Amino acid sequence: MLALPCAAGGQELRPYTITGDAIVESLTGAPGDAVRGRALVLERTSTCILCHSGPFPEEKFQGDLAPSLSGSGSRWSKGQLRLRLVSASRLNPATIMPSYYRVDGLDRVAPAWRGKPILSAEQIEDIVAYLATLLE
Amino acid sequence: MKSAGTIVAVALLIAAGIAIAPLAATEIPPAERRSGYSFMAPDTKAIQDDDTANPGMLWVLDGEALWNSKAGATGNACADCHNDARASMKGVAARYPAYDKALARPVNLEQRINLCRTRQQQATPFAFESRDLLALTAFVAEQSRGAAIAPEATAELAPFVAKGRDFFMRRQGQLNLGCTNCHDDNWDKHLAGSAVTQALPTGYPIYRLEWQSLGSLQRRLRNCITGMRAQNYDYGAPELVELELYLMTRARGMPIETPAVRP
Ligand code: HEC
Ligand code: HEC
Repeated sequence: MLALPCAAGGQELRPYTITGDAIVESLTGAPGDAVRGRALVLERTSTCILCHSGPFPEEKFQGDLAPSLSGSGSRWSKGQLRLRLVSASRLNPATIMPSYYRVDGLDRVAPAWRGKPILSAEQIEDIVAYLATLLE
Repeated sequence: MKSAGTIVAVALLIAAGIAIAPLAATEIPPAERRSGYSFMAPDTKAIQDDDTANPGMLWVLDGEALWNSKAGATGNACADCHNDARASMKGVAARYPAYDKALARPVNLEQRINLCRTRQQQATPFAFESRDLLALTAFVAEQSRGAAIAPEATAELAPFVAKGRDFFMRRQGQLNLGCTNCHDDNWDKHLAGSAVTQALPTGYPIYRLEWQSLGSLQRRLRNCITGMRAQNYDYGAPELVELELYLMTRARGMPIETPAVRP
């Protein structure tokens, strides 16, 4: 068990607890909305489908730098998906997947994005809720 | 690869503050190097292959007119000093960025052209990405079409190449990516719909279909830096010139394609 302090400066991140390879508790204390989560995954600014593909027949341009998101919910628990989104580099330091809920340890961030996580806690919960529905 | 055991072990190592060296990035072996051209669809290749269809040739023609027109307080045209560009400019673009003794640092081809304007013609420099500067650069670089890229391997340039390489390898920006993560490690893949390619600067300035215009290598580099959500540099910044220089060393021996076409 390891409790993480909030990042210094910038936007306050909500505290969370990593247990093994997961963050068991919702970052917001409430479950996310899977419908909003699907829309977020498809949105260009979320960056997911730059690298990933998935069950998105309407989307012509999907990346192949990363495994397909299909079946994510069968392979991983919500807690595991949550830690993967919050900070994939904690699971694999060499990963190219960005850490979506982290503001520290980054270098030369553009002023417009500085001190802000890529996604908000609410957005992460929505995406976790959606990925959990992707069963194979 | 992703057994829960390994993941937990790694997470615990990190939690304990033990630094794990990131996997060493591998540069592309010379035999596997491929120009951005080879990643393009046949119809885009056809545009580059046919000078009457390649919109970049319009800039080359404008550049030729500028080459021959008088400018500045001295009233000299480029041609008054350099004569026929077909002879005098052949192979020049293949060894830029090059070291400028007075500035004690490398300058790229656009900056060299502007140095001739200020030093020799006593004219005002062209703005970066202006039609005139792109046109003259494209005209000069086109004289090297087919020539092998050959940046000078001198002791003076070496530290600048090294700085460019450091920048290329270093993770940065909100997405925490380095150029190398895409262009060395994933060049056979696709970022959404785009081929990632090997970032070899074989055809600049390029006509990019997405821009509907000719654009410089620095414009392309700034696009990727913006994509990484990293702090950008102004046109002409030493950091961008160093990056250009490093990219040219990666492309050593490959033929110049200017004006290339890219999606
Ligand atoms: C720059 C590339 C990149 C981006 C952007 C990215 N990922 Fe990933 N992702 C990866 C890679 C590579 C892996 C494979 C494991 C690793 O390297 O950590 C991965 C693994 C995953 C996995 C586990 C897949 C499995 O079942 O094995 C999930 C789930 C996931 N990503 C979700 C997302 C979501 C959701 C987003 C956007 C909010 C996203 N990723 C953005 C590169 C990326
Ligand atoms: C997340 C992936 C990614 C990162 C990181 C990235 N690039 Fe790129 N780069 C691309 C893609 C994709 C293209 C091709 C775009 C297109 O054709 O639409 C490209 C194109 C290029 C080209 C043009 C090659 C040609 O054939 O004309 C150069 C040069 C380049 N990148 C250099 C860099 C440098 C230098 C960096 C770091 C500062 C960098 N890139 C970071 C994805 C990336």
